[in-house]
Amino acid sequence: MDQGVAVTNTSTEVRSGRSARQVNTLPLLLPAVILLLLWSILPLLRTIFYSFENYNLMTPPAVFNGGLNYRYLFTDISTWIAIKNSVVLVLGVLAASVIFGTLIALLLNNDFPGRNIARLLAIAPFFVMSPVAALIWKNLLLDPVSGLFGWFMTLLGLHPIAWFSTAPMLSVVMIYSWRWIPFATLILLTALQSLDTDQLEAARMDGAKGFARLRYIVLPHLLRPISIVIMLESIFLLSAFAVIYTTTNGGPGDATTTLTYLIFIKALNDFSIGSASAAGVFAIVLANVLAMFLIRAVSRNLQA
Amino acid sequence: MAKLILQNVEKRYETFHAIKGIDLSIDDREFVVFVGPSGCGKTTLLRMIAGLEDITGGDFSIDGVRANDIPPDKRGLAMVFQTYALYPHMTVAENMGFALKMAKVPRDEIKAKVAHAAAMLQLDKVLDRRPKALSGGQRQRVAIGRAIVRNPKGFLFDEPLSNLDAALRVQMRTELVKLNKQLQTTMIYVTHDQIEAMTMADRIVVLHAGIVEQVGSPLELYNNPANLFVAGFIGSPKMNLLEGVVTARDDQHVEVKLDDAGTVAVMAARIAVAPGTRVTVGMRPEHTALVSDGPIGGVADFVEHLGNETLVYVKRPDGRQMIVKADDLAGVRMGDAVTMAPKGDRSVLFGPDGKALLRREFHLH
Repeated sequence: MDQGVAVTNTSTEVRSGRSARQVNTLPLLLPAVILLLLWSILPLLRTIFYSFENYNLMTPPAVFNGGLNYRYLFTDISTWIAIKNSVVLVLGVLAASVIFGTLIALLLNNDFPGRNIARLLAIAPFFVMSPVAALIWKNLLLDPVSGLFGWFMTLLGLHPIAWFSTAPMLSVVMIYSWRWIPFATLILLTALQSLDTDQLEAARMDGAKGFARLRYIVLPHLLRPISIVIMLESIFLLSAFAVIYTTTNGGPGDATTTLTYLIFIKALNDFSIGSASAAGVFAIVLANVLAMFLIRAVSRNLQA
Repeated sequence: MAKLILQNVEKRYETFHAIKGIDLSIDDREFVVFVGPSGCGKTTLLRMIAGLEDITGGDFSIDGVRANDIPPDKRGLAMVFQTYALYPHMTVAENMGFALKMAKVPRDEIKAKVAHAAAMLQLDKVLDRRPKALSGGQRQRVAIGRAIVRNPKGFLFDEPLSNLDAALRVQMRTELVKLNKQLQTTMIYVTHDQIEAMTMADRIVVLHAGIVEQVGSPLELYNNPANLFVAGFIGSPKMNLLEGVVTARDDQHVEVKLDDAGTVAVMAARIAVAPGTRVTVGMRPEHTALVSDGPIGGVADFVEHLGNETLVYVKRPDGRQMIVKADDLAGVRMGDAVTMAPKGDRSVLFGPDGKALLRREFHLH
């Protein structure tokens, strides 16, 4: 009898819950939606508007010039160099953070004395803000005269190199990797800890050891978190700016000028708001196309 | 084909002595069930046999070869986990063939073995599915199939049916026993459910606090529990245990004056027990009858009509409960005063140390 009563109770609760969901929720969402519109859609519309104007801060006023900004953008070789640089930066850092992130996570997942401190240290670079990270690398590590790398190369009998002029893109990729490997490590380590121990033991019974265990049990389990790392890092790295600004200023020449940095140069060095806006709109389109693929890939992984 | 011998096997953790010296010999093709309450060490013992836990003392051998230090995949034993532990990113066929793949068996051979096992377990139609798309019963079968394709010397089951619903559990129970006969391999099965133990086992090993309380066939354990623990653990509803003092004995019977009750006679031919000894009389609910003027009195506290039989929970004067299994037409109602008598030839006597005094030869007719 008691059970019967309990069952009816829950079913009425479910019913009332359903009717609550039928209430018109739009007015409740409205404040958030309005804020979002003001915050992101208006600037976007404004940018699109500017991108069709000949608008230079040094030679006002702004005048409509049709698609001229876009024609210049697509015929300018520096645009394509910037895109190439963006791709190299994003792929380089992604490769480094997935590979090293996985390796470090696998190491930190083992039991050893001082493990918690090691974990903390491994994750720490992520909490250092980009300009600070860039300055640490520029002055303390990569500097040919006073840097650690230079000292190390001298020890080995080599000539220290000026990293930012000899291998500028590699240097920038290194610095961003240093910041983002910990992020990948953090996500992959938590994923490793959620791996079912029964599964690992079943694999032990099945004779999967060492590399086979990694290849057939651990890595497939990490596939989903790795795709999340790739998605989140791509989004952040596409807009990477601070490290480039602090170290190379996009140079030497245009060796480290990414699309983001190109927009900055157009707007704040050349004061050309119109062409910067056109490049910005192009970057938004590119980023959204990329995001669409990434999110689709990740959500497929989440469902599987 | 495997004969497993454990000699004084122990498991010590830093602060905990989990297995306290177990001697056990498991014959080829035998279906042995480890049963006991949770925390008794049964799963630990199984994992030690599997090789997933180190054996910290004693010897364990498979077919005469010392196996303490043989890695788990080389022992020739396959394990079915409670959670099934299927690999979620592999199809059913890949799950089942994984051990063979690791052993570098040619692909065609793997395929043939998987197909054979799948046919045996009615999994042929779901070979391309992932575990997620399977029902609980199917996952269970895949876990068993994964063990079968390895063609192991022995199977180890760790509470494999506890995640299934009641109907499926009963069905899988019989299928596992059939499988044992069909595959002709040794099987060790861990459970806390004494009904599973009774229905499936050739021999039951009752474990309690890291030691073996008794080893024997289901009926042996039921009729001749070696001690109070086994008496209370095997059988459902539980055996009634009443304390008393031996008052007299002749060459056939021992008479016991129960505390708070009259005198009962227990058939006991060949045991030495002097009058005055404190003993415990064990009488199963099904071997206790409601009679008028019986030696044991009480009040019917609760009556359960199960259809084919009636369970009467009797509250005795000392406050303790006793259960009687009466027939379906017993006209007892809650609150009735009743008296009971045990069937003297089925009662069991335990000495002051809790060990059985009576080891009867029991023959099935």
